[in-house]
Amino acid sequence: MQFIQVSDWLLDIAFLLYVLSSIVFVIAMTGKNWAGRDPKQHEAKYGRIAYWLAVIGFIAQTGYVVTRWIGGGHSPTSNMFEFMAFLDFCIILAYLIIYRIYKLTVIGAFVLPLGVIMLAYSYVFPKDVTPLIPSLQSYWLHIHVTTAALGEGILAVGFAAGLMYLIRTVPQTVSTKSTKWLEVVLAVVLMLVGFIGMESTFARMDQKTVFEMNKETQNAMGQMEKAQAEYTMPALVAPADATIIKQGPMSPLFTAPTWMEGKDAARKLNTMLWSVLTGVVLYGVLRLIFRKRLGALIQPSVEGIEPELLDEISYRAISIGYPVFTLGALIFAMIWAQEAWGRFWGWDPKEVWALIVWLFYSAYLHLRLSRGWIGAKSAWMSVIGFVIILITLVVVNLVIAGLHSYAGV
Amino acid sequence: MDQRKCECGHTNPIGTLLCESCGKPLDIEIEEQTAFPDMRYEGMARRSQTYTKKVIDRVWNWFSSVKIAIGIIIVILIGSAVGTIFPQQQYIPVPVPTEADVARFYTETYGKLGTIYYELGFHNLYSSWWFVTLLVMLGTSLVICSLDRVIPLYKALKKPRLNQHKSFLKGQKLFAEGPMPEGAKQDELLANAAQVLRKKGYRIFSTDRALMAEKGRFSRWGPYTNHIGLILFLIGVLMRSIPGFFMDEYVWVREGQTVAIPDTPYYVKNVSYHTEYWSESEMPEKLDLKGGVIPKSFQTDAILYLNKNADLPGAKPDLIEVKSGPIVVNHPMEHESLYLYQSGVQEMQLGALNFNLIDQKNGNKELGLIKVDLYDPPKEQDLGNGIKVRTLDYFPDFIMGADGKPATQTNLPKNPMVALEIIADNGKISEKMVYLQGSVITQKTDPQFGLVIRKPDLIDITGLNVRKDKAVPLIYFGSFIFMIGVAMGFFWQHRRIWVQFQEDDVMLAGHTNKNWFGLRREVDGLIEQTKLPLTVEEKSKA
Ligand code: HEM
Repeated sequence: MQFIQVSDWLLDIAFLLYVLSSIVFVIAMTGKNWAGRDPKQHEAKYGRIAYWLAVIGFIAQTGYVVTRWIGGGHSPTSNMFEFMAFLDFCIILAYLIIYRIYKLTVIGAFVLPLGVIMLAYSYVFPKDVTPLIPSLQSYWLHIHVTTAALGEGILAVGFAAGLMYLIRTVPQTVSTKSTKWLEVVLAVVLMLVGFIGMESTFARMDQKTVFEMNKETQNAMGQMEKAQAEYTMPALVAPADATIIKQGPMSPLFTAPTWMEGKDAARKLNTMLWSVLTGVVLYGVLRLIFRKRLGALIQPSVEGIEPELLDEISYRAISIGYPVFTLGALIFAMIWAQEAWGRFWGWDPKEVWALIVWLFYSAYLHLRLSRGWIGAKSAWMSVIGFVIILITLVVVNLVIAGLHSYAGV
Repeated sequence: MDQRKCECGHTNPIGTLLCESCGKPLDIEIEEQTAFPDMRYEGMARRSQTYTKKVIDRVWNWFSSVKIAIGIIIVILIGSAVGTIFPQQQYIPVPVPTEADVARFYTETYGKLGTIYYELGFHNLYSSWWFVTLLVMLGTSLVICSLDRVIPLYKALKKPRLNQHKSFLKGQKLFAEGPMPEGAKQDELLANAAQVLRKKGYRIFSTDRALMAEKGRFSRWGPYTNHIGLILFLIGVLMRSIPGFFMDEYVWVREGQTVAIPDTPYYVKNVSYHTEYWSESEMPEKLDLKGGVIPKSFQTDAILYLNKNADLPGAKPDLIEVKSGPIVVNHPMEHESLYLYQSGVQEMQLGALNFNLIDQKNGNKELGLIKVDLYDPPKEQDLGNGIKVRTLDYFPDFIMGADGKPATQTNLPKNPMVALEIIADNGKISEKMVYLQGSVITQKTDPQFGLVIRKPDLIDITGLNVRKDKAVPLIYFGSFIFMIGVAMGFFWQHRRIWVQFQEDDVMLAGHTNKNWFGLRREVDGLIEQTKLPLTVEEKSKA
């Protein structure tokens, strides 16, 4: 009991420190050119403060992992909240490792905000510590999930460095295909922010819309009853063949297609629509305020970093993350699947998406080594790779149901 | 074989780009090209670059191309993703016994798109001929590209050239040239450089005029090692289609029942089955489960038997116990290469009907207990006092047939109908009665005997997945080799640095297969510590 309480506090502390660290990193990057300052000194000084804030945050989060592990009796990777928080832990860990190798603090200016977003995302899910159902009771599962998360965390740093490379090198004087795509990537990041913002705002308000489906399903007690879908966010889209039994803040504008079966499918679609919408609005507002492409807005802060170094860091992160991911998400997964179900591979959607991520990074490595794709091309690939990881984590978990999908938002 | 003679006197095999001995480009045209030949194999002859005429050459060249390999990988990637849009047939949530039902499922659940998905065969995408073909193509490409490169790589690594032709050094991405510093001696400089590089972990090869330092040579074998791992893995996957290597059966076993495992000489008995649930005190946190429960374990206590008479057709099974114990999720029972997995359960199923026989003409006096085992109904039961009960008829899953005769839908006792005959007084009294759907119908209007329905026996039926997969060790081994290869290739890099004197000039060149940053740092360190008057020119990375 107490352990879990403590772990909650520690995670909140870590979150706070990551937010602070991100802010200081932004100051380190943008304040360089403030009057009366030596840019190098300014960056070094604030970079160091931000780095140490991140380190202390990381220690707090380590404390969270340990206490929750003890309190819950199993590794904190058994539901969506725990997994996302653990992935966040791995992203920060990977950043600290890469920092040890390259001593480039400013990578943190991109990684820590990513860490904040990921951790905020995890807060959206129910935080209950649930006992493990039989199929999850295997130490291979814990080894598999933790290693896979570590691999994904390291690949995320590869993404951050790749994105920095693009922001640093894509010329912002004229609008090109590259600048447009870069804006798309940044808008997608804002959608994630929008989703978290919406979800946490409405979770605190009692603005639920409840639908009753015209279909009976078995409840936990084994009785048949009509399924209900509960939206925390205002309903844009209603489930097919359902009636409203509790009116929310707005009436749905349209109905989900019938093939979106399952009582949660329409709610997830609704959530997704809101995320896209808020992301686009956020993006538009930022554009209006600054009257610049976001890429152009960020570019001055990464000036002065050698692009080759960013390219190298991105590649190094991926070449460390790739083996770890292979081991965790494919090999350990196969061993566990063999123990649990007697088949090391079953073409379950989650398995397939792990394979897709792996194939994609394999292609990246071949393109880089044998076809000389370095610099911009390679940076784009590191960005796309991470988008595929996000699809695996978010879309496949929430939309495509399968053996591995965690229930949730 | 046609040989080509270099001006240094060495004869090279056809296809060689750089002289095996002195490193001078053999083709005049190459010498004049801005791009120096691919340094990966130091210009050694590669089959795919040498022969291009015959069909077999074309096929070989096609499969040995990395561009094609990436293409295949991307197509597999996209194909795999398509297979996750809708569930594959094996994951369809409802039972669909016939092909027509499968088709209807996709149409009804997913509409027009579902129909198209089904028509294109995407519901069984991963076993479709084209997907399997893609995997085989990937395997072929892996084998051919490795063969194509292994020998040139071996040659390139085996005989590092020392006295390189000047154009060879100039062709490197990292190159520097300058006059000899005043008063410096060649051998001192070389010894100095050798020492600096040795400290950095380089192996030194030198002559009186030249030095080559090398490290991480073995890492060049990394990709080939990992490809061999992948090939072994794919062979393992293919082996599973050989009869006897892979078996996948499913048996439902009632508590107390012993069943034969198809295609094996084994029998399995379900001694008992039970599901455990997490109690509230065990939970780390109070949860609102809305009346639900969370299962803790699914367990079958089982005994595995070997039939000694399995090879004798028609002989009665002679079972000997080979293994017993619990089968729990994540902990299969294992015997030789056979594995039994806990994989399903039907709990609280009807096992036997229980009745009390009463004498209605005698104040409903209880005469005894009748038990009808629904899987093995007794022909006759003796209740004592001269009363016998016969089972006349039994339909486990009763349905009234179209011809008006009773029939059974399945042979599982889902809706049992039993006809019993009570015989008393040495056969003088005979009354028939029928049990169906919770009530008893008697033949006579005023019978002497009656049945009181008692709580039926409920049993659990466990679903065991029986599997054999002899390819698994090879698959694990292949994965292991893959990981070793990847580690070799990623955590070490192959680097070569040449220092050479020509007339009064010093020349320095460097090559690596990756991580130019690291090489550059080491070369800069070398120049600084040996005080050579050189500035490195780094050509744009190709
Ligand atoms: C899914 C299949 C494959 C995987 C996972 C894979 C994996 C790898 C890895 C990890 C590397 C090392 C990359 C590096 O060190 O940066 C590599 C290198 C390489 N692979 Fe593959 N590979 C695959 C298929 C193929 C195929 C089909 C070919 C055939 C053309 C091929 C040709 C090569 C070549 C030529 C290299 C570079 C070797 C060198 O320059 O030393 N690969 N591969």
